[in-house]
Amino acid sequence: MYLGRVLGTVVASRKAEGLGGVPFLFVQPVDAKLVAVGEPQVAADATRTAGPADLVYLVGAREASMALDETFVPVDAAIVGIVDQVNRESP
Amino acid sequence: MKLCRVAGNVVATVKHPGFHGHKLMIVQPLDERGTDAGATFLAVDLVQAGPGDTVLVMQEGNGVRQILKAEKLPIRSVIVGVVDAVTT
Repeated sequence: MYLGRVLGTVVASRKAEGLGGVPFLFVQPVDAKLVAVGEPQVAADATRTAGPADLVYLVGAREASMALDETFVPVDAAIVGIVDQVNRESP
Repeated sequence: MKLCRVAGNVVATVKHPGFHGHKLMIVQPLDERGTDAGATFLAVDLVQAGPGDTVLVMQEGNGVRQILKAEKLPIRSVIVGVVDAVTT
């Protein structure tokens, strides 16, 4: 699981079966200092309430689809929480 | 599994019900000498680990579902142990 910053929304009208009604967001993964790590990616929004500029956390791999209503669908990243606060130890 | 240091925690109100009641920690992967190695990520704490603790982190969903006795759960990384010592 990892933190990410929502960059924008992605709309696709033709999608694989089971993905209808699932919102997709463009997300930049970040580390604990909120510095970008790796490439931006598209993630399904399991909270259905995240939006651009939100700090969120995501789950990847097989577990991503388990966050959605239909759990056997082709996604590899899902937003599972909207972050209120990050408490970081100083070093 | 990975050797990590607990570097903080994350608080969220809006989240998947699978995360309710679990503490979500920021973990920093370490090498065998205890120095930072790679980018931080998040893991659910199952062993009451605290900030600064060296911990053992599993990143595999099937194992998580086995431990938490759940059939479907969007959790992939969990802290499964607090490390007392590493000898190399």
